[in-house]
Amino acid sequence: METKQLSRVDLIFKPEGKEIELLKKKLNEDGDDFILELIDSGLKGRGGAGFLTGLKWKLAREAKADQKYVICNADEGEPGTFKDREILERVPRKVFTGMALCGHIVGATKGYIYLRAEYKYLAPKLKKCMADLNDEFKKIGLEFTLDIRYGSGAYVCGEETALIESMEGKRGEPRNKPPFPVTEGYLNKPTVVNNVETFVNTMIISEIGFKEYKKLGTDHSRGMKLFSISGDAVKEGIFELELGMSLADFVEEFGDGDTKAVQVGGASGFCVPRKKFKETIIGFEGIPTGGSMKIFNSSRSMYNVLHNYLDFFQEESCGQCTPCRVGCQQLLLGIEAVKRRERPSSYLDELMKLADTMKISAKCGLGQSVGNAFVSIIENFREEIVY
Amino acid sequence: MINLTINNIPLSVEEGTTVLDAARQLNLRIPTLCYHEDLCIAGNCRVCVVEQVGMRNLLASCATPVRENMQILTNSMKVRQARKNIIELLLSEHNSDCTKCYKNGNCELQTMANEYRTGNHIYTDLIPLKHNKVDVSSPSIMKDDSKCIRCQRCVRTCAELQGVNALAVAHKGHEMKISSFYDKPMHEVVCTNCGQCINRCPTGALVERNYIEEVWNAIYDPTKHVAVQTAPAVRVALGEELGFEVGERVTGKMVAALRRLGFNSVLDTDFTADLTIMEEGTELLTRLKKALVDKDQSVTLPMTTSCSPGWIKFIEHTYPNLLPNVSTCKSPQQMFGALVKTYYAQKKNINPKDIVSVSIMPCTAKKFEAQRPEMRDSGYQDVDYVLTTRELAIMIKQAGIEFLKLEDEKFDRFMGDSTGAAVIFGATGGVMEAALRTAYELVTGREVPFENLNITPVRGMEGVREASVTIANVLPEWSFLEGVELKCAIAHGLANAHKLMAAVESGDANYHFIEVMACPGGCLGGGGQPIPTSPEIRNKRAKAIYAEDEGLPMRKSHENPEVTQIYEEFLGHPLGHKSHELLHTHYRARKRY
Repeated sequence: METKQLSRVDLIFKPEGKEIELLKKKLNEDGDDFILELIDSGLKGRGGAGFLTGLKWKLAREAKADQKYVICNADEGEPGTFKDREILERVPRKVFTGMALCGHIVGATKGYIYLRAEYKYLAPKLKKCMADLNDEFKKIGLEFTLDIRYGSGAYVCGEETALIESMEGKRGEPRNKPPFPVTEGYLNKPTVVNNVETFVNTMIISEIGFKEYKKLGTDHSRGMKLFSISGDAVKEGIFELELGMSLADFVEEFGDGDTKAVQVGGASGFCVPRKKFKETIIGFEGIPTGGSMKIFNSSRSMYNVLHNYLDFFQEESCGQCTPCRVGCQQLLLGIEAVKRRERPSSYLDELMKLADTMKISAKCGLGQSVGNAFVSIIENFREEIVY
Repeated sequence: MINLTINNIPLSVEEGTTVLDAARQLNLRIPTLCYHEDLCIAGNCRVCVVEQVGMRNLLASCATPVRENMQILTNSMKVRQARKNIIELLLSEHNSDCTKCYKNGNCELQTMANEYRTGNHIYTDLIPLKHNKVDVSSPSIMKDDSKCIRCQRCVRTCAELQGVNALAVAHKGHEMKISSFYDKPMHEVVCTNCGQCINRCPTGALVERNYIEEVWNAIYDPTKHVAVQTAPAVRVALGEELGFEVGERVTGKMVAALRRLGFNSVLDTDFTADLTIMEEGTELLTRLKKALVDKDQSVTLPMTTSCSPGWIKFIEHTYPNLLPNVSTCKSPQQMFGALVKTYYAQKKNINPKDIVSVSIMPCTAKKFEAQRPEMRDSGYQDVDYVLTTRELAIMIKQAGIEFLKLEDEKFDRFMGDSTGAAVIFGATGGVMEAALRTAYELVTGREVPFENLNITPVRGMEGVREASVTIANVLPEWSFLEGVELKCAIAHGLANAHKLMAAVESGDANYHFIEVMACPGGCLGGGGQPIPTSPEIRNKRAKAIYAEDEGLPMRKSHENPEVTQIYEEFLGHPLGHKSHELLHTHYRARKRY
């Protein structure tokens, strides 16, 4: 499998300035061409699920409707992720013009940013930026207006259909899929929901071209990615890295020399133990991440880590579907019972089966991914759970 | 058409069909809990998951439309393992005290647990860890959160069918529950007591407040004369609980069973349904005269019916400004209650304080209605206990009566006689039809111009229906109605009533007379009727109601000889002084929250 050396990239935070010019250029080009370029670039959604962005836009472009919408998912709620905040602080114009570009391509005239409740302090600046851009769009003849909506603090609203429900003023609960948002989204109209970083990437592709972009990353994981690095790291913070490096290289660079495990992809991601660092590629062919990289050194109890995640999930499940609502509670109570010797260690096997059931039967990505952390921690650190 | 295979059996079904419905076409039952025919798809219980070959994740069959070349497995190892886990999870948050549960034997979760033989309870019992409440504040509905499996059928019922939204989802994660506004007790919120949530609750989380023991105690009390009345819709549904097919009429057996239970007088609400027509029909004609002849601006039209206590509470909360539109007639149950402790007591020479008045209703809102402070015009509580069709079935079973084998019997005389017009009160459109049969004849001296008295335009299951009757060649005293086109509208299910009343409020609707029944299908689909309910079941019950009507010798309320007699002996005339005292009432505006 193709791997890349760890290397720093500097595209996302490059100073703003050319956005309107780029957008103007795209207005005069064939939208289908850009979609092909976008697909060819291999760009996958940066929120974590990794759906091919070009394909999403294509489906929305093909959908027939009198009104379509573009939504920027800035609900950044995955524990250990804080890169979208940085993007919105430093290069918001790139995000918003990316949305406008999407609007132009798919035929949407209205764009919303769904901002995480905790990021409300960014709103005044973002609103000013949006107002300026709304004028600039008009000047270049693009019918597209930006507006803002706020989250209310529920993790599940990062799931795109729950986000849409929340925007419609309802309880933030995921919908049944199909239909997907590209055909029936916000107010049941075709809607593209992309992550903050994804929109920036589309602007980068339109600037440097898909061929240049493709040079970054691997076959399955094109481009670069912002990583939010936290935990027992010598260097914490946000780093823009080429995709496709091995976890070993990553730990070499960021770990404190005593790294026991890395949680890749936040609470809904996977826990990788030291013995698997070398073989693990950070990317869609290995372990994908929305950006969260949490490094644990030998002083950390993996029981506490897992307990923390499960406690988080039992609270943040929307509660509508059985596997997630009850499953999360059972996993948490289950490891507590094993720890307290009220249940035999073999009960963990029963819980592993439950985690598998949750993975394949929960209604949305939240419930389906609770099992990731659970299974990977139990498989690799079983003795820490029991003793 | 879409081609697919289910369990390797090929079939083609129409585009848009769900996997669940496609499987049904092969006579394959996939278990469901949150799914209900009357409601939108939730896809949240996940017990209906199936495997699509080649896909990692299972699909909720109720929520997944078929696609070309799908290969579905409904009972693979993967499906069975997941489904069993999911049922176990539901059981772990459910108070599985089955033998003590009111719904024991009629619980979908229990049936499923039994089917899957989930005896070992692998997961931690969550019940002791939760602060579940049992809400007994309402005279109609009991809500026990410890039995709730969060399928949200009640929430969807309350929102979609009834437009009431008394029940809603609150909190998230492990604290998620079905709650009321600010978690207030049910009797303090906008709940109309219609009981439609009860009809759709798969477990014992929502059940009627039952008064079975109270009624037995009254029957056993030798100093009491227990008089029972039975509503029209009960006789076409009671059989479902006692071994008959849906849509079987069991009027005669019901009467026989009531006598065997020990009720002293077995009477018929249909009698006061006929009386309602006399009173309400006269009220309508009076309002029309005042509006059309006297040009009295204070008269409110359209006039709406008032038989359905769920509807009454709804309009009190939601359209208090339209209360003057509601007929002042009490419901047939309450007219009956007021008369049984006055007229009937006199005739039978019983001290009214010794009468215990019991009614058997297809309705849970009637339990609330009976306890309204306005309903004591006889000097006592007019109706002491209201039992649902389901509670009566329980009593019949408790008494060991072999219902199937009973010989038909007839209601007692005095307040036991009725007409077909009264029977159809049990179906949506029925009150309208009964009123038209009488009013038209009263005004013109001729029968309504419909074949065999069947006013088919007002029948059916369309949510809101309109009809009009042109009145021609009237009798001299009704000359002001000559040529008038009487415009009527009918709504059933409160969500439909909501739409209709919004149109009335905005002035978009121009009707004279509106019939509203709170429950889908009318009383035959009432919140006290046998469970389950579905459009098909309600249609069968409606058919039975209209068959009962057609089979009766008298089919117009004004022909009921006992009705003529009560006016001669006791009431005087419709809308007379005595009627006002006993048969009419007033309403009160209530807040939304």
